[in-house]
Amino acid sequence: MSVIYILITISIIVAVFFLYAFIKAVRSGQYDDDYTPSVRILFDDEIKKPNKNQIKTIEEKQV
Amino acid sequence: MDTENCFHCGNEISKKDEIFFDEKSFCCNGCKTVYEIFSQNDLTCYYDFQAAPGATPQDIQGKYDFLDNEDIVTKLLEFQEDTTHIVSLYIPHIHCSSCIWILENLQKLQSGIVTSQVNFPEKKVRVTFQPEQTSLKKIVELLSSIGYEPYISLENFDNGKKDIDRSLIYKIGVAFFCFGNIMLLSFPEYFEVEEYWINEYRGFFRWLIFGISLPSFFYSASGYYVSAYKSVKSGLLNIDIPIALGIVVMFVRSTVDIVFDYGQGFFDSMTGLIFFMLLGKLFQQKTYAFLSFERDYKSYFPIAITKVLADGSETSVQVYDIQKGDRLLIRNQELIPVDGILISENAYIDYSFVTGEAVAIEKKSGDKIFAGGKQMGKIIEMEVLFSVSQSYLTQLWSNDVFQKKVEVKHKTVTDKISRYFTPALLGLAFFSFLYWIFIDTNTAFNVFTAILIVACPCALALTAPFTLGNVLRILGKRKFYLKNATVIEQLAQVDTLVFDKTGTITTNKKTAITYEGIPLNEHELKLLNNALRGSNHPLSRRLYDFIPAQKKINPTHFEEIIGKGIFAEIEGNTIKLGSSQFLKTMTENTHKKTKVHVEINGVYKGSYVFNNQYREGLEQLFFQLAKKYDLVILSGDNDGERKILEKMLPESTILVFNQRPEEKLHYIEKLQNQGKNVMMIGDGLNDSGALAQSNIGISISENVNVFSPACDGILDASQFSKIGFFMRYSKNAMKTIYMSFALSLAYNVVGLSFAVTGNLSPLVAAIIMPLSTITIVSFVTIMTNIYARTDRSRPVP
Repeated sequence: MSVIYILITISIIVAVFFLYAFIKAVRSGQYDDDYTPSVRILFDDEIKKPNKNQIKTIEEKQV
Repeated sequence: MDTENCFHCGNEISKKDEIFFDEKSFCCNGCKTVYEIFSQNDLTCYYDFQAAPGATPQDIQGKYDFLDNEDIVTKLLEFQEDTTHIVSLYIPHIHCSSCIWILENLQKLQSGIVTSQVNFPEKKVRVTFQPEQTSLKKIVELLSSIGYEPYISLENFDNGKKDIDRSLIYKIGVAFFCFGNIMLLSFPEYFEVEEYWINEYRGFFRWLIFGISLPSFFYSASGYYVSAYKSVKSGLLNIDIPIALGIVVMFVRSTVDIVFDYGQGFFDSMTGLIFFMLLGKLFQQKTYAFLSFERDYKSYFPIAITKVLADGSETSVQVYDIQKGDRLLIRNQELIPVDGILISENAYIDYSFVTGEAVAIEKKSGDKIFAGGKQMGKIIEMEVLFSVSQSYLTQLWSNDVFQKKVEVKHKTVTDKISRYFTPALLGLAFFSFLYWIFIDTNTAFNVFTAILIVACPCALALTAPFTLGNVLRILGKRKFYLKNATVIEQLAQVDTLVFDKTGTITTNKKTAITYEGIPLNEHELKLLNNALRGSNHPLSRRLYDFIPAQKKINPTHFEEIIGKGIFAEIEGNTIKLGSSQFLKTMTENTHKKTKVHVEINGVYKGSYVFNNQYREGLEQLFFQLAKKYDLVILSGDNDGERKILEKMLPESTILVFNQRPEEKLHYIEKLQNQGKNVMMIGDGLNDSGALAQSNIGISISENVNVFSPACDGILDASQFSKIGFFMRYSKNAMKTIYMSFALSLAYNVVGLSFAVTGNLSPLVAAIIMPLSTITIVSFVTIMTNIYARTDRSRPVP
């Protein structure tokens, strides 16, 4: 039954690891702003169409 | 497509200004330009996320020239290296997802910007850029040109970066780690008390639990020991004393238990208690990151100002570097940072910021002008008399009276209760101990610790934070932002309400002018306009601004009769403007309105009415409040409106006029000396002393993102008529707290009686402990929501 020592030690080590990860995550500042990222993720990647405007402006510059 | 409102900013379009572009209509050229910029750069997605998200760009010509100054830029930058600069800018206009989108795509509008990231709750954008390709000034100008003008003030300049305090989160993390693991490790002993298996490993489990409880006991709960120590030292008994005592006693008792093998101790309850109490603290710590409650003149002042050198060239200097004798240029809408003498011919200075009076005052060359005024109109030049720190406004601010924090510190309801609770508890424990020690020493120690542990004011410490935290959130949703939870308790105790007049019970918006009578044609308007031009009377100036610009004609004859009106002759027409007595044609004479009557060529045409706009619902609000509170109106203006206000408001309302900022403060002080709990509601800097002195200072604001004086709460002006509801709601919140106190007391009595008779098994105790916490927390949350809802269904009176 002394396997219980090993099991509990492992479980505590895992728990300590998670506590460490939590504190590290908080310290990095990623929880300081919990609103903006939720909006940001909804923006679509813009479709990069070969855009007329851009070409035009380059031409204008060359003139 | 809605033709009524501007495609860019959503404002109503007045027909004559409407501009069509790209099949969309805009209210002004500014909005159209922003749209053009976006469409040229393929950024019209901006309008997809939210309809009409923009703001009209303001004219910023020359305003940010000070950003050419290296020293100033260096101080504003967050990070500076040869190839990378980072700056955080506060932009009050950030309000929707479109804003986030456009601000995070800044690199498409200007090369040199590497990335930009928005922090929405703080309304800040953090821009990384390459200094070789662009500059801070260019970025700020770009932002302003697309309607996102950043706010840069002296405050940014002084205290660079603020550190964020995250210690409470760490403490909660540690407390939860300890709590969770201890609960898990305690289970074997809850279920199987006398089996071989558990007997074998009992010691191991107990010492492990002891070890895990240490971080929670020493780190997470440390705040309570500090607070308890401080309160003992200052001779005040607060709620943290019994809490700290309870925790320490639990810890010592449990340690003794496992050392002498009496039992498993109470580490599970102890860590659970610490975790829940910290959670309550977090709940209460709701802050409005985008609002600032501690503002002083620094947040209003510009960082730099244009100085004219001896050779006539212009340069920008930091406000702190301004010296006596310097010559400064003040542009339209710029704040005058120091006292000085006007050199330009004349100036119109709006002192609303200092006095609350919205009408601009005219100054002539050689007049003294004071810091805090805002120049309206063309650029003026002034000579400095005092440096910033010696100017009237800053002196006023540094004045002791204004600085004085109210010393009579508010006692929270929990503090008040614990004043009786703590001695009673200690007395009870001590006397029971004395009683038992003669009978049985062992029982004596048991009883002593049992009383301290069971009576540990867990519920007391939890109900207030959870109730008030929830109320804070509900009020915030209704645009009433309070600085912290104690303000709610104070709100419930208020018995006197003091209102400022200008800007508080009246709106700050420009006094609306309406015309009554026979419509005037173009020619008549032209005559009127030219007659007004020569007059310096405040009403004339306002009317002159109101009438559309006309061709300039010089009057052949012009006469101004002070206190009556104007008589002018233009191109053979005679024009008479002024009071009803002056025109001698009027019969009606109401006090309610300020009027300017018009007579052209001897024919009475009509009158321009200047409405002083009181806020909507003012009368109802005052009548509603008058039943329960003493009401006072404290105004910096003259008593010109006394009669109107007397007619409009309940008789019991006290009206006080001609109050300078210091006098307002003393008036509040006088009321407090009479034993009143005063709430001051004001807006301008002129109220700041009174707001600081009063028990609660509420600042009212048309736009909560712009700047209000230091206060305990900020109320959105649109919610003004709901003050009555807010007052009632705060009282209901306190009622909820008392009810849950009674509930938790019942829990304690039941639990204590079981514990004393020895009928409380560890398992039952372990279930009841979190259960009681959960019932109390859900009880207060539900009650506060119910109170908020019942008041919503009632039509706002």
